[in-house]
Amino acid sequence: MNTTIMLFLLQDGITNGAIYALLGLALVLVFAVTRVILIPQGEFVTYGALTYASLAAGQMPGTAKLALALGIGAFAFDLFAARKALHGRLILRSIVTNIVLPAIVLALTVYFAAQKPPVAVCIALSLVIVAMIGLFLYRIAFQPLAHTSVLVLLIASVGVHLALQGLGLLFFGAEGQRGPAVLSGSFTAGALRFTGQSITVYGITIAFIVGLWLFFGLTLYGKALRATAVNRLGARLVGIRTTLSGQIAFLLASVIGALSGIMIVPITTLYYDSGFLIGLKGFVAAIIGGLVSYPLTAVAALVVGIVEAFSSFYASNYKEVIVFMLLIPVLLLRSLAAPAVEEEKD
Amino acid sequence: MQSRLPILIFALIMAAIPFVPGMPPFWIVLLDNIGLAALVAMGLVLLTGVGGLTSFGQAAFVGFGAYTTAVLSTAYGMSPWLTLPMSLVVSGLLAVLLGLVTVRLSGHYLPLGTLAWGLGLFYLFSKLEFLGRNDGISAIPPLSIGSFKMLSPGSIYYAIWVAVIVSALLTMNLLDSRTGRAIRALRRGHVAAEAFGVHTPRAKMLVFIHAAVLAGLSGWLYAHLQRAVNPTPFGAQAGIEYLFIAVVGGAGYVWGGVLGAALVVVLKEVLQSYLPLILPGSGQVETIVFGIMLVALLQLAPGGVWPWLMSFLPQRTNGKKPDTSLKLEQRTRSPGQSSVLLQVEKARKQFGGVVAVNNVSFDVQAREIVALIGPNGAGKSTTFNLITGVLSASSGSISVLGNKVDRAPPQEIVKLGISRTFQHVKLVPDMTVLENVAIGAHLRGHSGPISSMLRLDRADEAKLLAEAARQIERVGLGDQMHHLAGSLSLGQQRIVEIARALCVDPMLLLLDEPAAGLRHMEKQQLATLLRELRDGGMSVLLVEHDMGFVMNLADRIVVLDFGTKIAEGTPATIKTNPEVIKAYLGVAA
Repeated sequence: MNTTIMLFLLQDGITNGAIYALLGLALVLVFAVTRVILIPQGEFVTYGALTYASLAAGQMPGTAKLALALGIGAFAFDLFAARKALHGRLILRSIVTNIVLPAIVLALTVYFAAQKPPVAVCIALSLVIVAMIGLFLYRIAFQPLAHTSVLVLLIASVGVHLALQGLGLLFFGAEGQRGPAVLSGSFTAGALRFTGQSITVYGITIAFIVGLWLFFGLTLYGKALRATAVNRLGARLVGIRTTLSGQIAFLLASVIGALSGIMIVPITTLYYDSGFLIGLKGFVAAIIGGLVSYPLTAVAALVVGIVEAFSSFYASNYKEVIVFMLLIPVLLLRSLAAPAVEEEKD
Repeated sequence: MQSRLPILIFALIMAAIPFVPGMPPFWIVLLDNIGLAALVAMGLVLLTGVGGLTSFGQAAFVGFGAYTTAVLSTAYGMSPWLTLPMSLVVSGLLAVLLGLVTVRLSGHYLPLGTLAWGLGLFYLFSKLEFLGRNDGISAIPPLSIGSFKMLSPGSIYYAIWVAVIVSALLTMNLLDSRTGRAIRALRRGHVAAEAFGVHTPRAKMLVFIHAAVLAGLSGWLYAHLQRAVNPTPFGAQAGIEYLFIAVVGGAGYVWGGVLGAALVVVLKEVLQSYLPLILPGSGQVETIVFGIMLVALLQLAPGGVWPWLMSFLPQRTNGKKPDTSLKLEQRTRSPGQSSVLLQVEKARKQFGGVVAVNNVSFDVQAREIVALIGPNGAGKSTTFNLITGVLSASSGSISVLGNKVDRAPPQEIVKLGISRTFQHVKLVPDMTVLENVAIGAHLRGHSGPISSMLRLDRADEAKLLAEAARQIERVGLGDQMHHLAGSLSLGQQRIVEIARALCVDPMLLLLDEPAAGLRHMEKQQLATLLRELRDGGMSVLLVEHDMGFVMNLADRIVVLDFGTKIAEGTPATIKTNPEVIKAYLGVAA
């Protein structure tokens, strides 16, 4: 192997690793706040990517309709939950967020899809659509289960993943798609060629990590989220609405997922079911980070990306085996280092 | 002991089904698939529902079982009946290997860890040359008895359902035993179980292997039903599916696994065959509907369908009182033993910069009630944890009957005859009082998992339950023996903990706030009981806040404040000690 190949693999690994880092962060975030292990994170990625690619190709993505349908469902859940104490303001607020908003977005999507919109519009629309899907999903699928065990939440999460993946096939077909680069152009430094796309990936990942760090460290909402993560009951007692925390977490996760999708779809062809594996690699990073530490997750994600790049060069057949088996030594270390702490479940 | 009658009826019905005239052969295929899934789900019930260890990796064990028999019966021409033990052993051994890595993982690492190796193994199945890569292995011989070959789904049906029913019986036997109680205590954290001598890593490993062997059995049957294997049914998706079969059915119940398998297999089949008629054309509609129904089902019955169904049946308190004439061996108490039972010398415990226990020394003599008192945060419970081996001291030493036990784990401490209760009650709420108390006698029984499954443990078991029943009656809860521990009041639960501790046949009883939550009369009964125990030769060390209770009961009192011992003496001297008064009431400035 020469240095060029090594540098090239390293670069490839870091680009993928950056995406895994973002997904890992989202998984950690959602788990910490809601105890949901978010298997559908991968679907947020494909939905974001394929919505973006469809829009850019001048096609109408089905996800916009899904957002409205889920919105109507969320509205029904809101009404049912508040059936004993209905009042005008509550209904109005629920209508605006759950029905009017997705309806407007749907109208915009229909309008723009017909005329091959510029990249920026495609990105904005895809992000908003997937963000709404994430938000409404929390309301419909997870909020009613918020009091149950991690296991039940996990199974529900699998159910959501299956439904979303099936819908993905319905919306986007079995064909893979690619989207236009977010930032075109490239430059070379030594033997390495940096495309605008890879620079975007690095930039956005760093921006998100810094952004999340600021959000959790400095803002009231961020602190409320952290409080919910540490102790749900305690958070409720001091007046934090835990449902709001859950909504914020899902909103962030779906935006992060969609953004990751938009960033990779110009680099690799994505299919309706590609998300699952991509999400799982984010998982690997998140587990290495212990599901609690953001910086460790980010570093681990880079390692996962680099290991993947190198193993696809040396032993491409065993690429996935190597990536997932990477966990075993980490878990081993963790179990050796972990103190025998008491845990009360249920 | 549950009645065997419903199981017998179930077995007869299952045996009769293939003879029903006009039974479509396709239904038999479905029943075969249900049986295969039920085996795996049953393992998960034990692993996840009862033991609290969530695994996504069970499909990989099904794969081990299937591939073992596939390779051995095709490449080496072995008889399928010979490959059965091989399949089970391979699954079991690999479970040991993977279990060594994963079982120790706590909380949420475990499910994710199993997901990771489940995926890795799936890719390994599809890449290895001798497993036929993605094409797998075909032309696997069928099961046969003499010249009768089980070629049709109808003939292997019996093999599958005999396996299901036998496995269910063995699993239920296991749960209703000494080992079973240890497994059922796992989910509520390990401190309480370990305090009574349960080796929790071993118990976890045991359920892990049990689940893997059941999955391997399912894989073996699968290979001979399909007569071909390929990697697809052993992937992560399948692993996840097995888990939700268990959860949908009711993860804590053996029959929940079977019911869940039936529900999920039938539901998928119905969706696959009828949905395209309603919504023609589009591809994976059944996955979408399946996913949505799964979420809906969980929202309606988060505990699973089986317990929901059972709640419609009339409740029976199915307890016959154990025969209390049976006796366990008593601890030999040599009369010449030194009178100092427990010696704590300069024990110190630091958590980072906080000194929770600061060079505390005291002792407990034989036949003595010593009270450890002090304001909140004085380090009383930490001292208890140091003595019982839950925490190890930063410095200083603790000896029992002159032997140092500084680094001994809780399981060793309890063997020496020191048993305890907890400040925050640690009972298993969905076990009966009798079963909870019987955990206390864990070390006094000897039956292992295999003899429990085969019901060879009954003599041993009867003695354990008799001892438990005796101690429950001794503390005055005889009427509640067959109630679920979670249904008792907090005060009564504390008393149950005392009965459990007494089952150890201890020399020294450590009670952490036993009187909290008790009514006046109950406190007096408790005090009477403790005096009786002392007069019977036992020593008691207790932490308590109720001063009236302590002053009337204790022979000697040790007072802690901010981790430091500030006084020690008889109740009369402690009452007038200025240091103690200052610690409790403060001093006028």
